[in-house]
Amino acid sequence: MGQYEAVIGLEVHVELKTKTKIFCGCPTEFGGEPNTHVCPICLGLPGVLPVLNKKVLEYAIKAGLAINCSIAEFSKFDRKNYFYPDLTKAFQTSQYDLPIAEHGHLDINVNGEIKRIGITRLHMEEDAGKLVHQGDTISSSFSSLADYNRAGVPLVEIVSEPDLRSAEEAKAYLEMLKAIIEYIDVSDVKMEQGSLRCDANISIRPVGSKELGTRTEVKNLNSFRSVQRAIEYEIQRQIDQVEEGERIIQETRTWDENKGVTLSLRSKEEAHDYRYFPEPDLTPLVISRDWVAELKNGLPELPEAKKARLIAEHGLPEYDAGVITSSRALAEFYDKTVCIHPDYKGVSNWIMVELLKLLNAENMEISEAKISPEGLAKMLTMIEKNIISGKIAKQVFEEMFNTGKDPEAIVKEKGLVQISDEGQINSIVEQVIANNPKSVEDFKAGKEKSIGFLVGQIMKETKGQANPGVVNKLLKDKLNEL
Amino acid sequence: MKISIKDVEYVALLSRLELTEAEKVEQLRELNKILDSMEVLNKVDTSGVEPLAHVLPIYNVLREDELRATLPKEKVLQNAPEEDEGMFKVPKIV
Repeated sequence: MGQYEAVIGLEVHVELKTKTKIFCGCPTEFGGEPNTHVCPICLGLPGVLPVLNKKVLEYAIKAGLAINCSIAEFSKFDRKNYFYPDLTKAFQTSQYDLPIAEHGHLDINVNGEIKRIGITRLHMEEDAGKLVHQGDTISSSFSSLADYNRAGVPLVEIVSEPDLRSAEEAKAYLEMLKAIIEYIDVSDVKMEQGSLRCDANISIRPVGSKELGTRTEVKNLNSFRSVQRAIEYEIQRQIDQVEEGERIIQETRTWDENKGVTLSLRSKEEAHDYRYFPEPDLTPLVISRDWVAELKNGLPELPEAKKARLIAEHGLPEYDAGVITSSRALAEFYDKTVCIHPDYKGVSNWIMVELLKLLNAENMEISEAKISPEGLAKMLTMIEKNIISGKIAKQVFEEMFNTGKDPEAIVKEKGLVQISDEGQINSIVEQVIANNPKSVEDFKAGKEKSIGFLVGQIMKETKGQANPGVVNKLLKDKLNEL
Repeated sequence: MKISIKDVEYVALLSRLELTEAEKVEQLRELNKILDSMEVLNKVDTSGVEPLAHVLPIYNVLREDELRATLPKEKVLQNAPEEDEGMFKVPKIV
């Protein structure tokens, strides 16, 4: 893109995993028959009184602390007024000028460089309902159906500073944010299920310019991949527009995943005037410093700190430590395994290679896999004690992954125990030597490499179960005797 | 005159209200009357006074994260002008 640079800020919505909604006792559970998780409060019927869920406040403070924000001493809710049928009250209860948390940051690592991204604010608000459009698209539909089960589900909105300069940085920021929220356990943060949602504000400017260009807001980013693709597309679209001498129009655009383009969502009626005012039905919040300190002390070790510790104390390579700590579940799996079997590099290798390979192949989360840290630890001990070879262990690992069975039971059941008995191996060595005179001759003539072929034959005869150390030793002894 | 007919039309648009010319004039008169009353308040010296977030001196009214009964579906949809598949049917949006 040469003489232009992109300026990107992200607005991320995170659904909090409380049992009940933000202002009423309806379940937040996903799914459910339409309009069955609702009550007069979330339906916005006249005369009702919303009351803030304490857990929502607690989770919002925790999230704010985890992204290095300062927590407000005084905070309140406001009404954001606009008409849209996914709102039951013609306003969204949100926070305007006194959000619960402000002035945070998080550090991202892009191509080995650490960059600090500012976080403007984190505020609490309610989710809207879900609309099903009757027709192909919203503009060609003749009517829509509203389901308010999601109306009132608690959200925090996290707004970044316009500090991101590329699609890659935006993706890294989002991944780091997701990992942090996952670690503190206040949300499922699943983009596919909508518990993590992201809008991007994008503009471009000549490199070196301090002024901000006109921005567009891109919505409908439903996966990490679409975040990256949509931002890349939108940056290029704006550059093309400017190069052609056209102005960028400030507007909301939607990402079309299939066509790979952003499309204007402009409409004549769109008037962005939310007329915020303080919510009279909810009381202001005075946040005690003791509570904030207590919540801060209760925060778990966060991904960056954990990564640094795995590098410094466990001697893991930076890349491996980064991958393992990128997901809380994976990090916990590692922690639990090394707690039983403290071979850090060994455990890390099995996770990095075999576990991730199988998870990716099955498109699974680790929580869905049947293998347990206890199982992996036990299997590693079996390799150490020469009960199984590393090669056989891969079979055992896969079986554990699929069935969750105990490694000892798998080895017994499948007869995979490593053969270390010299007498037994010796007879196979003799047999292989007798069957492969050419390779033996080559070896005698100085072709050291031919020993590899003979070892391979022995392993084949024993279905990979012979102890490679013993095989090598006995084979060499025998060949030297000839 | 605090505001003009244009402002009335804008507020009406935001509120999705269709007003006749006569109604616009009436609204203009009433809104200006309210704003005149506000003018009286604006004369009070409020320097050094914190903005009020709530009319009552109460804070932190919170509830525990506990489930409460939801409304039976027939009651939920009782006031729906139109319904379909258990949902509120609304006219074309954009």
